[in-house]
Amino acid sequence: MMTNMKSNYKKFMRQKTSEKIFEVILYIVMTGALIITLFPFLNVLAISFNLSSDTATGGVGIFPRVFTLDNYKELSRFPALWTGFYISVLRTVIGAVTGLFCTSMLAYVLSRRDYMFRKFVTTMFLLTMYVSGGLIPYFMVIRVFSLNNSFWIYIVPSLISAYNLIIVRSFIEGVPDSLQESAIIDGANDVQIFVRVIVPLCKPVLATVALFIAVAQWNSWFDTYLYAPFEESITTLQYELMKILQGAASSGVARGTAAQLQMAKTISPLSIRMAITVVTIIPIIVVYPFAQKYFVSGMTLGAVKG
Amino acid sequence: MEREKKALKPRKGAKGSFAQRFYKQRYLMIMSLPFVIWCFIFSYLPMFGWIMAFQDFKLQRSLTESFFTAEWVGLQHFQELFRDERFYFALRNTLGMSILGITIGFVIPIVFAIMINELRNGLFKRTIQTISYLPHFISWVIAAGMISQMLSANGPVNDLLISAGVLDERVPFLGIGEMFWGIITVSDIWKEVGWNAIVFLAAITSVDTALYEAAEVDGAGRFRRIWHITLPSISNVIMVILIMNIGWLVNVGFERQMLLGSDQIRRWAEVLDIYVLRFGIGMGRYSYGTAIGIFRSSVSIILLYVANRLAKRSSGGGII
Repeated sequence: MMTNMKSNYKKFMRQKTSEKIFEVILYIVMTGALIITLFPFLNVLAISFNLSSDTATGGVGIFPRVFTLDNYKELSRFPALWTGFYISVLRTVIGAVTGLFCTSMLAYVLSRRDYMFRKFVTTMFLLTMYVSGGLIPYFMVIRVFSLNNSFWIYIVPSLISAYNLIIVRSFIEGVPDSLQESAIIDGANDVQIFVRVIVPLCKPVLATVALFIAVAQWNSWFDTYLYAPFEESITTLQYELMKILQGAASSGVARGTAAQLQMAKTISPLSIRMAITVVTIIPIIVVYPFAQKYFVSGMTLGAVKG
Repeated sequence: MEREKKALKPRKGAKGSFAQRFYKQRYLMIMSLPFVIWCFIFSYLPMFGWIMAFQDFKLQRSLTESFFTAEWVGLQHFQELFRDERFYFALRNTLGMSILGITIGFVIPIVFAIMINELRNGLFKRTIQTISYLPHFISWVIAAGMISQMLSANGPVNDLLISAGVLDERVPFLGIGEMFWGIITVSDIWKEVGWNAIVFLAAITSVDTALYEAAEVDGAGRFRRIWHITLPSISNVIMVILIMNIGWLVNVGFERQMLLGSDQIRRWAEVLDIYVLRFGIGMGRYSYGTAIGIFRSSVSIILLYVANRLAKRSSGGGII
């Protein structure tokens, strides 16, 4: 580390003045970017631990001035948050498992160059990234299948995303054909090849996709808002948070929408809102350091083929 | 690669009749058929609902019944739509915000990736990368909560600007319609810049380092190396991503606008999707909402077609 810094310093000094200035500006800009990215998080954290009456005087930075846990104790006043938490965990787990299974299975079929409908099915899924029937016809389809006000609204319509499908497919295409061929010689059928050969080899990309699905599920709120706004037994954490935050900002959006009318009129203090925000981010922050490399590899993989 | 392609072909008949080949691939068919049906139901079946736009659709007890008994009204809903002033505001806002996104929101990640690549200190570089991806993983609900806290009249941004003497009095930024497009664009950059830079960074790191060394020997400074080596080497990736984004131009998304916007700045904040939500679903005018959806999809398809043509011309392969 020390020698590294020394050599960096030497390299720095060897440059022309204009390049030195460039280097200095570069580091200043990047440090600025770092601060801008992190500040909102730290500010929310500080406010959530700060005494509510003190926060009202303004000017809380990244450290709580008067430390307290009261804001978190207040959370018990929101019983819906518990249901929301439970449902959010449930949809994240079930959504990731089912989504992973379906995505990888279809990706395998589409990776097979001899599959008869390869082009047709691939195009069918890719097109969904760009064209859709629109909000209202989709809403009607959901109603026809009685998915609204049911937990399965969170799982069934989002089983496969075209983007994840491409990521997994391009990874499987990178697996040498000889492995599949030797499995065939051993008498394996296509299902067995998928389960015994492909899945074990694809663990890294499957981890990536599982994380993508899990994050999307955890963060989703719009499906609850649109398809189950009054169904308290399947409310989600993000939706509850949205109701509380929006209620406070009194910046209702689509006033005509039924969900908006029900939107909590109770205005909760900033401190409590921030405490709820922290609770909702925690799972992401905890998983994030371990998951980061999978996210990045998935993104790179998707971009190459995408 | 070419050799491998051939290797798989003969074993699973390119020969034989359709039925024979189908039978040989029966497991593949079983593994894919449910998803083809699924995809049809959730992505293509809604398109049949476009018929609603030409009907006077009223939701009754049975959905299919109300679908078949609805009265035909022709293009009435479209005429109404094109007469509505609010529709043009929504269209303007959609295009305005997506164009800002596709220009500024597109250039900044490229600049960011190049800057990260120029950092020599490995630890600092990794820290920047890790931190910059983080906001991508929080939901827009939370991001919007944070942003409105930052921008509120008593928030840190006001604190900063007042103590720096830029502002004389506190400004509720989110209450000013004229600033809304800018706020949306900046919020989006805040949340996604690191994430969107990943692709470009990956492209940059795959550039042959010998090129840089040769340029250095020839006396090229850092700017010239960026200009003459880095940028040309990633121009392909830039083109591909740009073209993909054009296809998404009218699908600007509505979460941000919905969560950060408010009634008093609706003229600036309402995008087509929110307009559909408010008039279509909120007021139960399903036919009218569908008409808007058709309009939006048509624009989207035209743009996609143009983008695909561009992609084929520039790189020899379409995006679809």
